[in-house]
Amino acid sequence: MNFNLTFIGQTIAMIVFVWFCMKYIWPFIMGAIEARQNEIADGLAAAERGRSDLAKAKGESEQLIAEARERARLIVDQANTRASEIVEQARAEGEQEKVRQLEGARSEIEVEINRARDDLRAEVVAIAVAGAEKLLAREIDASDHGEMLDRLAAEL
Amino acid sequence: MEEEAHGAGAQSASDYINHHLTNLQVCRIDGEWVWNHCEAGLFSLNVLNVDSMVIAFLLGAGFLYLFRRVAKNATSGRPGKLQTAIELLVGFVDGSVKDAFQGHNKVIAPLSLTIFVWVFLMNLMDLIPVDWLPEAAAAAGVEYLKVVPTTDPNITFAMSLSVFVLVIYYSIKIKGFGGFTKELTMHPFTPPTRGIGIVTAPFFIAFNFILEGVSLLSKPLSLSLRLFGNMYAGELIFILIALLGLYQLPLHFGWAVFHILVITLQAFIFMVLTIVYLSQAHDTGH
Repeated sequence: MNFNLTFIGQTIAMIVFVWFCMKYIWPFIMGAIEARQNEIADGLAAAERGRSDLAKAKGESEQLIAEARERARLIVDQANTRASEIVEQARAEGEQEKVRQLEGARSEIEVEINRARDDLRAEVVAIAVAGAEKLLAREIDASDHGEMLDRLAAEL
Repeated sequence: MEEEAHGAGAQSASDYINHHLTNLQVCRIDGEWVWNHCEAGLFSLNVLNVDSMVIAFLLGAGFLYLFRRVAKNATSGRPGKLQTAIELLVGFVDGSVKDAFQGHNKVIAPLSLTIFVWVFLMNLMDLIPVDWLPEAAAAAGVEYLKVVPTTDPNITFAMSLSVFVLVIYYSIKIKGFGGFTKELTMHPFTPPTRGIGIVTAPFFIAFNFILEGVSLLSKPLSLSLRLFGNMYAGELIFILIALLGLYQLPLHFGWAVFHILVITLQAFIFMVLTIVYLSQAHDTGH
């Protein structure tokens, strides 16, 4: 074992190396590590915030959906009521219309019947007259009734 | 440079081991560059272990280059795979620092990162089969090459003493010179401050100072010797295994797998103790 210049050389090398490490290495690497740690902490905080925001939004959306559902239910109810009203009204109108139509038809039929009756009556009269004429024509024999016919003709 | 026969047959086992444990040294003697024949005592400032120095420097520079490239392009957005890996490492070191040290200090964390990665990389050289780099160096005309810088006490002591200087510096900066002195002399046995017993105070102070001084000085010593000893022993075992011929393969594999744990652990211990010592230096609530 002997101590020599190597000792001094190593001491100088160590001082220089440690100084270099302190000046040019440690702060940079430590800075990067600490910056990343801060970024990660910020990121985690942001994620936490995002999560709570999401939960809040979810609650809000659920409330909105419930409200919308309630409103939709009301609208449907209203529509149903209105529809049954309309149906009801239409039925009533239809009933009225039916009665009116029936009335009209009935009076028309009455008129037709009357007219037919009149026609029939006229026809019957004509037929009766014609029948009577025929009967009369056969009954009246020129030889039997000539005198009367002559008289008639004379009167005419 | 002197040429030596490298054939395994021409070498005795102890030559082989010694060769692997010898640093490539250069020194300046009488105005000439001399390689590997330096008269080295315990302290000889004209000698340089070229291999330890170059490998340690290259590993440190490579580590800084890689990390710098990532740091320059570091994005706080989606990181690439390399950035993720390096951030993992940086985060690990940062976590270790924050566990042990509550105060505010801009130096400790980068220092810990540098120490951890650098020591780990230097230890990692231990996992390269022991003959590869020395044989390659020999083929290139370099006589000796000790590959693992942390098996060189120069390297480990340089690092631990740098940490020690920082410990002293922050102790004085945070506690003041008086506070630091007080910490060394007034604990663990509080000297009497009144009555007749006050004459014994200097003994208390001296005793405390010896205790605290030893505990203070043992910090850098244990820090560097632990790393050095572990790595040196591990390297030695690799060398011994390499002597076994064909049987070395399974043994080498087993020891290498175990050693992965050791080198990581040693780098981690060096880093953690650095943090602990520096955090003690900042600790005013004594």
